[in-house]
Amino acid sequence: MTTKEFKRNDGRKPMELRPIKAKVGVVPNADGSAMYQSGDTIAIAAVYGPKQMHPQHSQNPEKGTLRCTYIMNSFSVSERAKMGPNRRSQEISKITEWALEPVLMLKDYPSQVIDVHVNIIQADGGTRCAGINAASMALAHAGIPMKSLVTSVSCGKLDKTLVLDINGYEDSKFDEGEGSTDIPISVTKDGSLTHMQLDGKISVDQLKEAVQAAREACKEIYDVQKEALKKSVGGEK
Amino acid sequence: METPRINGERIRRYLSEGKRFDGRKMDEFRNIQIELGISKKAEGSARVRIGKTEVIVGIKMDVGEPYPDSQDKGNLVTSAELLPLSSPRIELGKPGFDSIEMGRIIDRCIRESKFINFEKLCIKEGEKVWNVFVDIYSINDDGNLLDAAGIAAIAALKSAKMPGYNEATGKADYEKHAGKIPLSDDFPISITFHKIGDNFIVDPTREEEDFSETRVTIGSLKGTIASMQKGETEVITFEDLSKLLELVGKVYKDVAKEVEKQVK
Amino acid sequence: MTNESASRKVIVPGEVIVKGKEYLPGEGTEKKGEEIVAMRFGLVEEVDRIVKVIPLSGVYQPRRGNVVIGKVEMVTFNGWVLNIGAADTGFLSLMEVPRFVNKDAMDEVMSIGDMVVAKIWAINQRGIDLSLKQKGLGVIDEGMIMKINSNKVPRVIGKEGSMIKLIKDETGCNITVGQNGLIWVQGKNVEDELFAKRAILFVEEKSYLHGLTDELTKWFKENKK
Repeated sequence: MTTKEFKRNDGRKPMELRPIKAKVGVVPNADGSAMYQSGDTIAIAAVYGPKQMHPQHSQNPEKGTLRCTYIMNSFSVSERAKMGPNRRSQEISKITEWALEPVLMLKDYPSQVIDVHVNIIQADGGTRCAGINAASMALAHAGIPMKSLVTSVSCGKLDKTLVLDINGYEDSKFDEGEGSTDIPISVTKDGSLTHMQLDGKISVDQLKEAVQAAREACKEIYDVQKEALKKSVGGEK
Repeated sequence: METPRINGERIRRYLSEGKRFDGRKMDEFRNIQIELGISKKAEGSARVRIGKTEVIVGIKMDVGEPYPDSQDKGNLVTSAELLPLSSPRIELGKPGFDSIEMGRIIDRCIRESKFINFEKLCIKEGEKVWNVFVDIYSINDDGNLLDAAGIAAIAALKSAKMPGYNEATGKADYEKHAGKIPLSDDFPISITFHKIGDNFIVDPTREEEDFSETRVTIGSLKGTIASMQKGETEVITFEDLSKLLELVGKVYKDVAKEVEKQVK
Repeated sequence: MTNESASRKVIVPGEVIVKGKEYLPGEGTEKKGEEIVAMRFGLVEEVDRIVKVIPLSGVYQPRRGNVVIGKVEMVTFNGWVLNIGAADTGFLSLMEVPRFVNKDAMDEVMSIGDMVVAKIWAINQRGIDLSLKQKGLGVIDEGMIMKINSNKVPRVIGKEGSMIKLIKDETGCNITVGQNGLIWVQGKNVEDELFAKRAILFVEEKSYLHGLTDELTKWFKENKK
């Protein structure tokens, strides 16, 4: 760890997460839904199913299908993004499926599909992590049997300093010294890694240290997810 | 699952006695809730809830070229995406006709009402003008997404701050703000009447909307009409039309009051 | 952990419910070493050391013997396909209608869009088989249909039907509760039906409360027609 205090553009300490908010039941029509906010990044997720897969030729008689759709709203970023899917959103949709599928028992739903729709309302870095966190809560809220919740956060490196929960500025504009490295990961409660990506340059030792820090941070986020689910029972809106 | 036919019988019968399931009058909206600034990167944004129906709208602006036939005017581009997230009935894939029609209806309501002063959105005649993008997303469909989208679009426009203009690059500077979008005080509201049996209602719930035989959307200002669209196949009479044109003023007043109250 | 403290607790997937060799995993749980771990979101219930999770949400899970309400979606040469709000559709065979039906006149029994009260008599590889061969089953011709989450159905029915009896008595409506969460309400007039609907929605919303029957009695006092 660096000894000198590193200043982040939003005033956070290197290993500090942004303020988190979470809530379930944000889309009344859905079988399950949730909102997850980290700083200025806001994701909502809605789950429909399990239900019959249409068209029929997409059905898998061996096991059910988890189908995630990640959509970043056109106005969630400074330069308006075109509406509709693009290469980035299609990759993140798949990443989200991979991050969540290990905790589901899709063998129990042959020929069926579970739809998870993720919508990014406001983007300031870490949108895929926020989307995965919201989606995992929404799946639980939809009563889908799961081995665990999935919790996601990014760790990384800004110049020489290891940090957690990289924001939009740090991800795309930070260019001091060694620049920025962004490492989003997703883990289950018992510590299995279900998703990992890395963009940037980092030594093996630092990478090991960074993911351990992220693993610890996930415990904090997990508690927020858990509490939001528990609070939804008992008359609260 | 679509609402069962027998519920339709009940809805029609009750309407013929002048009553609705939730106790509202024929020309009465559900509770309207407007929340502004729901997406910080947008120049303006709003979330509108009408009962359990929810729509979000964001305004983005950038610098572009004028159209050949309007060299001294800014441009408006309105798009809507009915998200599969918002209803089990919306299929994955390309936006369907409902999305396209919603974008066009709201676009004409804003454009034809002259709500936006497009001349003032000209930076340099024939070269640089502001583009205004109104982007609509549905979050939860419990009926009347269309009017919710219209209200959210107006609220987002009214609360929007224009980005700065960078002379050197000829592009928008999103770090700077350059005041409000030039709008007229008289703002339009898009109001849709639905015909069920012999009656017309506004702001249908999902269940009511399932039995709408035809709809007439009126983009209305204080005392004037700016845009209209009759949708679906069932016919209406000229007497019906006159009735709606008399009704729309009162509904406009009610909804405009909410917008004025909640959008400072 | 004692029985009292473990029961009725809200639990999330992956959370340890209890620890100890003496516990057995019931529905919605799994055993990991000495721990009973939740496999879904819901309320913990423990009876005779069997720990299970009662779901609070989720799509209707069909079970044999359930009476459900469905909508006719398709007519085939030998029966009808019904949407019963589950992941799979149900099939009602001509043979399961308690009278002779001419194959050329199937529309006389029911047609697309009709609502039907039916019973699940079998669930197998091919799907869900429905029957009308029991009292109280058949096509719905009057009244209105409402929907609640199927997981709240036991609360709306109440212990030995006490809750639904209270609603029927107070509103004067005939009410058939499908296990899939679709409910058929039929009364003298629309007002009575809407009143019953509001009462049922009250029970659904307050389903987490203890002493819900008393709460509903109070609600009826405060919300007299």
